[in-house]
This record gives sequence, C-alpha cells and structure tokens, in this order.
Amino acid sequence: MDKVLGTYNGMEFTVGGTLLELSYLVAALLFVLGLKLLSHPETARRGNFYAGGGMVLAMLTTLLLHKNANGSGIQPANVWIILAAIGVGSTVGWIIARKIKMTAMPQLVSFYNATGGAASALVALLEFPNADMSNWGSVLVTLLGLIIGSVAFSGSMIAYGKLDGKVKDIRGGYMSYVNLILLAGTFALAFFILLSGQTPAQLNWAIYLLLFVSLLYGVLFVMPIGGADMPVVISLLNSFTGIAAAMAGFIYNNQAMILGGILVGAAGSILTLLMCKAMNRSLLNVIIGAFGGANAATAGAEGTMKEMTLSDASVLLAYSRSVVIIPGYGLAVAQAQHVCHELDELLASKGVNVRYAIHPVAGRMPGHMNVLLAEADVPYDQLVEMSDINPDMPSTDVSIVIGANDVVNPAAINDASSPIAGMPIIKAHESKNIIVMKRGRGKGYAGIENSLFFDDKTRLLFGDAKSTLQKLVNEIKDL
Amino acid sequence: MDQLLIFFYTYKEAIFIIALSIFLGIEVISNVPAVLHTPLMSGANAISGVIIIGGIILVGHADASTINTELILGILAVIFGTLNVVGGFVVTDRMLEMFKKKKK
Repeated sequence: MDKVLGTYNGMEFTVGGTLLELSYLVAALLFVLGLKLLSHPETARRGNFYAGGGMVLAMLTTLLLHKNANGSGIQPANVWIILAAIGVGSTVGWIIARKIKMTAMPQLVSFYNATGGAASALVALLEFPNADMSNWGSVLVTLLGLIIGSVAFSGSMIAYGKLDGKVKDIRGGYMSYVNLILLAGTFALAFFILLSGQTPAQLNWAIYLLLFVSLLYGVLFVMPIGGADMPVVISLLNSFTGIAAAMAGFIYNNQAMILGGILVGAAGSILTLLMCKAMNRSLLNVIIGAFGGANAATAGAEGTMKEMTLSDASVLLAYSRSVVIIPGYGLAVAQAQHVCHELDELLASKGVNVRYAIHPVAGRMPGHMNVLLAEADVPYDQLVEMSDINPDMPSTDVSIVIGANDVVNPAAINDASSPIAGMPIIKAHESKNIIVMKRGRGKGYAGIENSLFFDDKTRLLFGDAKSTLQKLVNEIKDL
Repeated sequence: MDQLLIFFYTYKEAIFIIALSIFLGIEVISNVPAVLHTPLMSGANAISGVIIIGGIILVGHADASTINTELILGILAVIFGTLNVVGGFVVTDRMLEMFKKKKK
C-alpha cells in the first residue's frame, strides 16, 4: 500500500492514496445514482441503499488509507476511538430511526439535519487553527463552513422544537431588523478574520465569537417562521447542511465531500423553490415576511358557519358517488390518519369513489401528508396531486376538509388584496357539498378568514378530528 | 483581485466539480413526484452526512495521548456525523418500506 507510484504536482503518491481517491470516485457516483433512483417510486428504496453503500465505502477507505500532508496515516490507537464514536452514533441513530412514531417524522428529519450541521461546524472550527492565513480562499471556505453549519444546526434544532410543540413562534416586525443586523454582524466578523492579517491563534476569540453569532442567527432566523412556511424552511436548512459539508470538502480537497455536499445543496434548493412556488411567494418573503404582519386583511368572509349533525353527514357521504378528502396539518396533530383510512375503506365498500387531494404545502414538511397517509396504509395511487384533482372538483359530490385551512381558501383566487392571493389552492368550493372538520372557530395559520367556511354549500363538524371521524365511521356502519 | 485568481487556480478542480454538481443536483431532482418529497429530502440529508469523512480525518490525526479539546470536539463531530448518516438512511428506508407494502 505504501509503494510509491510516482509524483504529481511535486508530491509522491502511493498505491494506497490512489485507491483512496478511486473509492471516493465510486462513492460520489453512488451518491448521484442513489439520488437519481430516489426520485422514482419503484427504485427509491434501491437508491437509498446505493447512497448508503457509497457512504460506508468512503468511511472505510478513509479510515484505512488516509494519509495527512506529512505522509502519516491514521494513528492505530485513534482508529479504535473513531470506531467507538461511529458505534455510538450508529446505535443511537438506528434505534431512534426505528423506534420513533411515524407521526414524529418531520421532527426526526429536522433533528438528523441538525446533527449534520453540527458536525460541519465542528470540523470547520477545529480546522481553523491549521488554516494558512495567507491563502485567502482556504480561510473563506473554513469560515463559510462554520457559519452555514452553525446556522443549519441551531436552525434545525429550533425547527425540531417547533414541530415537537416545545418551541412557540415568536413573531413581530422587529424580528426581521434584529436578524438583518445579526446577519450583517456575522459577515463583518468573517471579513475581519479574513483581512486582519493575524495568526489563527491570535484570532481564537474571533472564531468562537463567530460560532456564537452564527448559532444565534440560526435560532432567530427560524423563530418567527411557522405553520405553513415550515416545509420551506425545513428544505432550506437541508440544503444548508449540504453546502456546509461541501465547504469542509474544500478544506480537505476531498472531491467526494464536495460533490455529495453540493448535490444535496442543489437538490434542497430546488425543493425549497418548489415549496415557495406552491404558495406563490418568494423565498425572501417567507424568511422576512410572515404574511405581511399580524393584522392581515379579513375582508370578504362574513356570514354564519352552519353546523351539521353526524347522522346527516353519514347519510350524505354514504349516498354520494364521489368523495374527495382534503387533509391538512390538523389530521397529523389529531393523529387521525388511521381512522380516516377506515372511513375511506368503509365508503369504498358502499361503492363511493374516494380519493385524497394533496396540496404540496399541506402539513409541516414537503410530502408530509403522503408519509402520514402511507403509514395508515392508504394506497398511494389514491393520493392525487392538486393540479390533477382540481378539474374533477365540480363533479365531486362531497369534499371533506380535515384540519386544512389556507390551502382551500377561495380568497387566494377571488380576492386580489388577500395575503395569500395567487397561491394555488385545492378548489373545494367548486364541489357540490363541503364538510369541514375543525377544532374550533379560529382562523388558520395565516390569520385569514376563510370564506369557504361560510359558504352555503358548507357544513361544519366541530371537534377533534380523530373522535369526529370515529363517530362518523360508527354512524355510517349503523346505516 | 490577485487573491481571487489565486483562489480560483488553486481550487480549479473543486470549482469545476461544484459548477457541474449544481446542474446535476437540479437535473436529478426535477420532476420528482410529491409522494417522494419527504424520502428524497431525508435521503439527501443522509448524504450530507458525508462530513463524517472530515471528522474521521480530524480525529485520526489528532493527539490522543492526552484528553484535549480538539480530540473531544472531533469525537463529537464523528458521533454527530454518524447520527446523520445512519439515522438518515434508516429513516428513509423505513418510509420507503411503508410506501412499498401498499403497492399490491
């Protein structure tokens, strides 16, 4: 392995070093292939397996073959330390991933994203003392790795807390100013480190201050964002983690890290923009805006909400020909996915055509409703995307809105002054009858009245979605 | 200005890789069906755990004769990186398994 093969750029290279680079190439190809396969339902599982295989390969060969600039390999004693650390991480990661309830999936994805960000920030922090301060570019990538990794870590932890109901939104006009100042401060400090001309040891205080400011920025940046904007922020943080890993790849001039990181960064950005498009808002608007302040317009939605009895609802549903269920975050909160599936099977057994209409930003992460309903064994060909179901809405006998609000608000189409004007919605209001299941009479996340709830065709069932659905199922069985 | 050019020249290979992988990432992800948004995000998240390689290199060459800050933070980086990798891939597999059994 230590046999010298030749010299490149004045450096000797060995068999081991060559094999290491070769394994990085294979790993990088497996990442690309894995991601490609992950984007098709039939091959997704295989894709995930390939990407994981690439990772294991890169980890193993690094452990066995890596040499630093002095030509010394990984210390034999340290190999055991590394293996022990990997053992701890794998066991904990595996157990949490296997044991956690499916309904806690958004939190879990955020949590794992946070760990990746933390690892990137730590690597950058520890590599800073070795930085060659005269090489402006290498210092820059180290600092960027530290900043982006820290923001991804603390931001994802706050997102985790919010999704788990432990952290409440803090919103206020002043937040965006505080954040802008903090962001400017972060960059000013980074420029100071870059241009000060001091040694890393002299700049020790500055690098820890930069770490602190970046962590704080991550917290405050996610703090005001909540509700329907969560899918955007989660995929954005996901892309940050990728970029932070790529920056660390620069430090080690490691192509597998650079490619893997940037691939994730680019994919995450695309998903982020897709989510923004589903809300007809710009990314900047999501980060700074929070629906144009606290007092959003409430025009246009007046009248009375008309309740209905469960027995009326059961008759209406049982004698319909086609029913569309429109789920929202409320379904996840109430954990009503199983009884919801029971309802759709029961109706199907009575000859009703039941489908689910999925809005891209329904729930708290991209694809949240799909995962939730899949857990309840709803076949995925029964889940129809917004653009495919909308043409069928006028011929739908009943649409059932469960814990969704803004994604079915007709104000997005009718009212140009509405904060959600232009957002694509599921056109529940075009169906012949609408049943809305709601916890109470309150407004949705955006704080906008929903004229759908006051529509003459709409009847409401108040209460917890799970128990309401359960009672409804019992009523239909008794018919 | 010179600094910028030096930076580009020193890292020209890496910069080529970045430029091309941005397009690759966009190309690979475009037109992914909504049903796969969560698993895709979670799988990609696991790939960003590639930072673990940095952690291994760091701890591998650290001074382990005494307990020092660098060693401890490095070990933390490896643990966090592994959590990201293993947790990410396992949870993605669990989701996809769920999708799969409904196919029939």
